[in-house]
Amino acid sequence: MMATPSNNPPLLEVKNLRVEFPTRRGTLLAVDDVSFDIAPGEVLGVVGESGAGKSLTGNAIIGLLEPPGRIAGGEIRLEGRRIDNLPYEEMRKVRGARIGAIFQDPLTSLNPLYSVGRQLIETIQTHLRLSAAAARTRALDLLKEVGIPGAETRIDHYPHQFSGGMRQRVVIALALCAGPRLIVADEPTTALDVSIQAQIIALLKRLCREHGTAVMLVTHDMGVIAETADRVAVMYAGRIAEIGPVRDVVKHAKHPYTKGLMGSIPSLGVRTERLTQIDGAMPRLTEIPDGCAFNPRCTERGARCLVERPNLMAAGTSRAACWLHDRGGVGTPIAKETVDA
Amino acid sequence: MPDGAGTAFVRIAGLKRYFDVSAPWLVRTIEGRPRQIVQAVDGIDIEIAKGETFSLVGESGCGKSTVARLVVGLYPPTAGSIEFDGNDMAARHSRADMAALRRRMQMIFQDPFASLNPRWRVFDIIAEPIRAFGLSKDKADLEKRVGDLLRQVRLAPVDGRKFPHEFSGGQRQRISIARALASQPEFLVCDEPTSALDVSVQAQILNLMVDLQRRFGLTYLFISHNLAVVYHISTRVGVMYLGRLVEVAPTETLFTRPKHPYTRMLLDTIPDLDMTGRQRTPVAGEVPSPINPPSGCTFHPRCPFANDRCKAERPAPLAIEGGTVTCHAIEEGRLPIEDRVYVANS
Amino acid sequence: MVKGSALSGWLHRAADSDVWWSFKSSPLTVSAATVTFLIVAIAFLSPILAPHTPFDPATLSLSDGLKPPAMLSADGDWTFPLGTDDQGRDILSSIMYGTRLSLVVGLASVVVAMALGITLGLVSGYIGGAVDALIMRIADVQLTFPAILVALLIDGVVRGIISVKRHDEIAIYVIVGAIGLSFWVQYARTVRGSVLVEKNKEYVQAARVIGLSPLLIMVRHVLPNVTGPVLVIATINLGLAIITEATLSFLGVGLPSTEPSLGTLIRLGNEVLQSGDWWITVFPGATLAALVLAVNLLGDWLRDALNPKLR
Repeated sequence: MMATPSNNPPLLEVKNLRVEFPTRRGTLLAVDDVSFDIAPGEVLGVVGESGAGKSLTGNAIIGLLEPPGRIAGGEIRLEGRRIDNLPYEEMRKVRGARIGAIFQDPLTSLNPLYSVGRQLIETIQTHLRLSAAAARTRALDLLKEVGIPGAETRIDHYPHQFSGGMRQRVVIALALCAGPRLIVADEPTTALDVSIQAQIIALLKRLCREHGTAVMLVTHDMGVIAETADRVAVMYAGRIAEIGPVRDVVKHAKHPYTKGLMGSIPSLGVRTERLTQIDGAMPRLTEIPDGCAFNPRCTERGARCLVERPNLMAAGTSRAACWLHDRGGVGTPIAKETVDA
Repeated sequence: MPDGAGTAFVRIAGLKRYFDVSAPWLVRTIEGRPRQIVQAVDGIDIEIAKGETFSLVGESGCGKSTVARLVVGLYPPTAGSIEFDGNDMAARHSRADMAALRRRMQMIFQDPFASLNPRWRVFDIIAEPIRAFGLSKDKADLEKRVGDLLRQVRLAPVDGRKFPHEFSGGQRQRISIARALASQPEFLVCDEPTSALDVSVQAQILNLMVDLQRRFGLTYLFISHNLAVVYHISTRVGVMYLGRLVEVAPTETLFTRPKHPYTRMLLDTIPDLDMTGRQRTPVAGEVPSPINPPSGCTFHPRCPFANDRCKAERPAPLAIEGGTVTCHAIEEGRLPIEDRVYVANS
Repeated sequence: MVKGSALSGWLHRAADSDVWWSFKSSPLTVSAATVTFLIVAIAFLSPILAPHTPFDPATLSLSDGLKPPAMLSADGDWTFPLGTDDQGRDILSSIMYGTRLSLVVGLASVVVAMALGITLGLVSGYIGGAVDALIMRIADVQLTFPAILVALLIDGVVRGIISVKRHDEIAIYVIVGAIGLSFWVQYARTVRGSVLVEKNKEYVQAARVIGLSPLLIMVRHVLPNVTGPVLVIATINLGLAIITEATLSFLGVGLPSTEPSLGTLIRLGNEVLQSGDWWITVFPGATLAALVLAVNLLGDWLRDALNPKLR
């Protein structure tokens, strides 16, 4: 049903994914029935605020969910093959070779005790059958591609000898070195200065286009998404609220949460002193309301929203989980609950 | 929009703060290393009029947070002066006078998780300034004041009995604001108060701060790295780079007619949420280390318009169009100033 | 808000907390806590529970001397369930009173060490500079000596100054002081580390902006946040303090034999061990081992329970 950019089979298929955390107070459902696809070479942005479950979704796909968190349902398929139920050794081969990862903090993503070159070569040799010399050449080429000046010398430097932005470039090189088809990037620019962010985003975009790598870009920063992604999924309380082409979601949001979110972001087009705000806060995992999770904060809700949970349904060129787009409508309008919180 | 000399409520002149980050004496002597000084703040001049919001923007390491702490007295300045309502903060005041001055200025911090003592109840956190400045006559009055403050930041008086960890980031920031308002200050220094918050929460907090400003006639010194936020709430903006002010201007002017090359670059890094397809020229290079700043104009290594004079000579502030710019290229007329137009999100 | 409801509110929160849950779910910890509680209760109730008063010379009779434990004795006489020592003192009662003394000395020394260590750590960490350097160098120097040696040193010096009779009267204070002084460093260092972290947090800066004095900030703001790890150290230290006192008493430089602690009892028993009267050493020794083991296990649990990363 999704209009993918090309009509090839999707690279990544996530169907009805559920991630839960058993705690002594009961089981918390952090990702609740999430489904989406990523086409080869496409950049899908996954955006949401803290606690929405976007990082957990990314971790589940890479297979790095921290126990006691676990995948409780659904499936994840990479190039048609299921990867969510693989044993550790099998997943290890997939990770790195077919899926690369970029995390937020470049400081902790690299091992401070080994030189940058050694880490690159180690990853290359683990996944590709190359001699040491060939691996080193490949590492050098990658460093040049990501824009590290003086790569011949810097390949033997240690992470602490690089600045934050340079380190993140190395991390990108590391993610790309085994030639993965998909990269999961979790807040790759959040820890960087604003001017460096723009550089890194441009780099990521260019490289992925050149290598034909798809990207799942998880972030809370809508600006990064607007510039980088082809499609975007907006997550709220563990569910997808809206998913569609980035231009449509950003400029013509169909879900009230997305509308509110876009309104809260200060932009330079209009100068108002008062930003649009969504009253209240995202519910905690233990207190998710019945029906639509967003309903207590929604200005357009109706009786149906309190009892029936909406699934993603067609809304123009996007899909939104909102009864406003269903023929049946929302039922009798009801004023929103949270006021001025 | 006053920027006149006589009406300044807060005047900062020639403010400098250097940090000595040298290795310990023994190490230096044995290894023959030189002293290392970080010039975190290297000569700042700012005037803030009563009731306005002056924003200080810049990237990490530019010294804006240090300026905030200098203004409230957390660090003593290495040089320069801070004048608050005509009083020189560095002069010898009696304890009572100093306390009276401190009462009138407060600070809001960036990290909602570290800015409240985790072992104290919210009531005590907010009551602390009231108690410290002796503003309350008795227990009943104190409780009423704290209750009112909580209500003003859109929390409930019963929240006073809880501990900080029972609140979300946005709510904690509201508690911080309530604490800052407890002493009925006139001037608030806000150090990136919304940077650690989600976007929708940020909108709530910013709206709250604007409402409070209007209600109580507050003056804000607002520190941020987020230019879009600054655009919405500031009267005037100052751009810092490596401890120096490169440009100061009224908000509209700064955004529609940026002058300094660094300001232009910063504006270019604001994401294009209006999907205009605006081409962003990626910024070249990275912020150099403040221990060894470049000579002359510190921006010259990254500046496409730098000439030999820029490498050798530190530029002086030039008054222009209601603000100041510190740039040789502007001064020499080499760099034309153009208008920028931003398309509204329709 | 009534005081009573404040207490019950706290109890509710405590009962519901992760710490209590981790306690309940570890059988080892619960056993250790039970053993500790039993030993402490019996020791402090010894005036009521003990069958004899072994330190009142009037009740002793040498003819009762060196009787073996009741279950092994020829005549099955249970007057002295664990036997007697060479003076005719009942071992069971001696252990009860001795444990009480050991616990009192142990607890008191821990309190002294804590008070000294926390104060010095707080001052050192918050004020920094030369004061910090001085205190830490003193701590470093003291750490090069084993605690026993330090305690011996202090005790020896006092003995040298004060007459023997007077010394016996104040022996307990000297011992508490000596052991306390030999253990303060650990507390000081831990507290100093925590203070260095907390000092830069924004809530401390907020207090400084208000203009509070450093002393007020140290005591009201920083102190409550740095005492967590101290509790763990104190529990483990308690075992150490009891052992140290026992060692000192065993060596003959601790408490006088008129009021023996467990260590003294072990020493007394040691002297007649060769002749086969084993019960005088073994029972006090077993009690000491059980007590210290239980306290250490409790300390282990506490350290893990309070460590947020392990939860």
